[in-house]
Amino acid sequence: MSRKRMVVTAAMLAGALALTACGGGGSPSGGGGGGETLKIGFMGDLTGENSGIVIPPRNGAKLAIDEYNATNPAVKLQLVEYDSQGSADQAVPLTQQAIQQDKIVGLVGPAFSGESKAVGPILEQAKIPSISASATNPGLAQNGWKYWHRVVANDADQGPGIVDFLVRAAAPKKAYVISDDQEYSVGLADAAFGAFQAKGVQVERDQFAQAASDYSSTVAKVNAFKPDVIVYGGYYSQAGRLLKQLRDAGVTATFASGDGSLDPQIIQGAGAPAAEGAVLACPCNIPFGATTGALADFTARYKAAVKADPAIYSTEGYDAATLFVDAVKAGNTTAEAINTYVSGAKLDGVSKKIAFKPNGEPDVNAIFIYQVKNGALTLLGQSTEAKLG
Amino acid sequence: MFNDLTQQFLPSTIGGLTIGAIYALVALGYTMVYGVLRLINFAHSEIFMIGSYASLFVIISVGVTAPLTGIALLGLLILLIVVSAAVAGGSAILLEVVAYRPLRRRGAPRLAALISAIGASLFLQELFALFIIPDVFGRPGRIDTAVPRIVDRDVLFTIGNAQVRTDQVIVLLAAVIVMILLDQLVARTRIGRGIRATAQDPEAAVLMGVNIDTIVRLTFLLGGAMAGVAGVLYAMEFENLRFNIGFILGIKAFTAAVLGGIGNIRGALLGGIALGLIENWGAIFFGSQWKDVIAFVILVVVLLFRPTGILGESLQKARA
Repeated sequence: MSRKRMVVTAAMLAGALALTACGGGGSPSGGGGGGETLKIGFMGDLTGENSGIVIPPRNGAKLAIDEYNATNPAVKLQLVEYDSQGSADQAVPLTQQAIQQDKIVGLVGPAFSGESKAVGPILEQAKIPSISASATNPGLAQNGWKYWHRVVANDADQGPGIVDFLVRAAAPKKAYVISDDQEYSVGLADAAFGAFQAKGVQVERDQFAQAASDYSSTVAKVNAFKPDVIVYGGYYSQAGRLLKQLRDAGVTATFASGDGSLDPQIIQGAGAPAAEGAVLACPCNIPFGATTGALADFTARYKAAVKADPAIYSTEGYDAATLFVDAVKAGNTTAEAINTYVSGAKLDGVSKKIAFKPNGEPDVNAIFIYQVKNGALTLLGQSTEAKLG
Repeated sequence: MFNDLTQQFLPSTIGGLTIGAIYALVALGYTMVYGVLRLINFAHSEIFMIGSYASLFVIISVGVTAPLTGIALLGLLILLIVVSAAVAGGSAILLEVVAYRPLRRRGAPRLAALISAIGASLFLQELFALFIIPDVFGRPGRIDTAVPRIVDRDVLFTIGNAQVRTDQVIVLLAAVIVMILLDQLVARTRIGRGIRATAQDPEAAVLMGVNIDTIVRLTFLLGGAMAGVAGVLYAMEFENLRFNIGFILGIKAFTAAVLGGIGNIRGALLGGIALGLIENWGAIFFGSQWKDVIAFVILVVVLLFRPTGILGESLQKARA
């Protein structure tokens, strides 16, 4: 999730004091029975300012491990938590501790891209498999790492994912791409603009300053172009304000944006009437409003265990841990054997069907589509099959 | 390009006038304080922010749940303007007493007052982010605070391909009425004469029996009140407030004041409207990301040829 990449820098500065705070203080998951216990690590910002997007995948992973241990298997698993505060500086010593003292056989995480980049070489050298539920920087897959995996699509897939969905679901003749001037926003807008052109949709774009609050010139451009769909690259604050000003000026085109705007705050900012129908895309699968099927079942189990609704990356955390569980179930007990199993695994996961490319990327870049319905975010489904409500 | 121009010119003009009116109201505070004290009150942008939150407080207290029309809307607007102007004006006086007067008494250099202004500006922003927004409004301090809608976005009339909405007309009308009142106050009343006299020659004004402290306080009160009105109009038009909304808007308003001629009340009006229009017109050709660049290039060009701004520095000379 790129929004957090900037904030991670701040967390690095702030977090120096917590180096030793939460080391290997993991809690054993499940209990009873003799036999062997293997340790799986979970690493991410568990107490810092971005813990809001790391605790849900931690809960998902813990649920998977607890469910496995409850079956009283011969080889049990223990989830050991490593609170890196999202900081690469803290993730490195914690990883060394995990490998040397705790002797983990697999790691769920690290949660963010910055820390993933820092600990990747260490895990690679120690031959410990890792599966991140939420690190979405495209560059991570280009390091030639054999032990690194992730179960989410990367940032580069989001723009094309949104556009493919819109072209299929709304068949637009004309599209307008807007962004503010932040790196993430412009990247997403560039990708969407290129994807519209490739699909033969007539497209124009505009961009405003992050700190601007009056978008009247952008709105005038949109009104002059009369697009069928609008893709906005950026975060929810600006998205909310922009959406309000567009609707106020009578623009009725479908408004779509990416994971940076996938936050209930967009509805607050735009006002419920203006936000209604807005489409948001994310590599993450959050079962907002799931009432049937595997996602509803997962939601019920998660709620019973965690006493909260599944949130961002809960399903991905569950799937990442499930891959390790399956590896152990299949009789693998060494890190090397587990990595071989995981790399070749085919899992019908809660979030999506998962298999890995040789570079550790998921083989299908699944983007999930959400829509604001009756003033709340609702999951429509995977971008390749979702339908606009 | 030509097609863009014909399609976007009128809608962009309406948008530019709306934001320009708000720039102009905020610019008045910069210009008046500069005229009287030769001081750039950089915390003025926070006075605007305080005014906008004061109006949100009134809207919440009155309990507006649906957009209003007619007499009810007019009454609410007058109430909002009175309360916000009073709160913002009061805050501006307090700011003067705390941040500037001690320095002025001790004859500190102007640079010290400038640093004090920047400090006060940051203090007020953080005060709102950390305490007032979470405690008084019960909202997170550092993200947008939504304002309930008080006026519908009905199209009042159309000019060419531009739709003019009720809210935009209210912003423009209210700003112009308030500015005319201020202009008349400064030009015709005893208080105004005192302000003009102090601006012209503080020492002579004292000798003629003008109480400088009273005049300075009045100047801050009037400038702050204008920022308060701007806060009301901003809250109504954009419906999203934040602890730092004053920052960029303050820079723009200060630019407008300089563009029109700092120290000149009508210059602030002209500068504000001109800046709003230039930004939006420039965006037609170059894209909205160039708005700020265009605005500041125009400022530099104007200052090259007219160093005192379009109308010149003339609070002193305003119809004495």
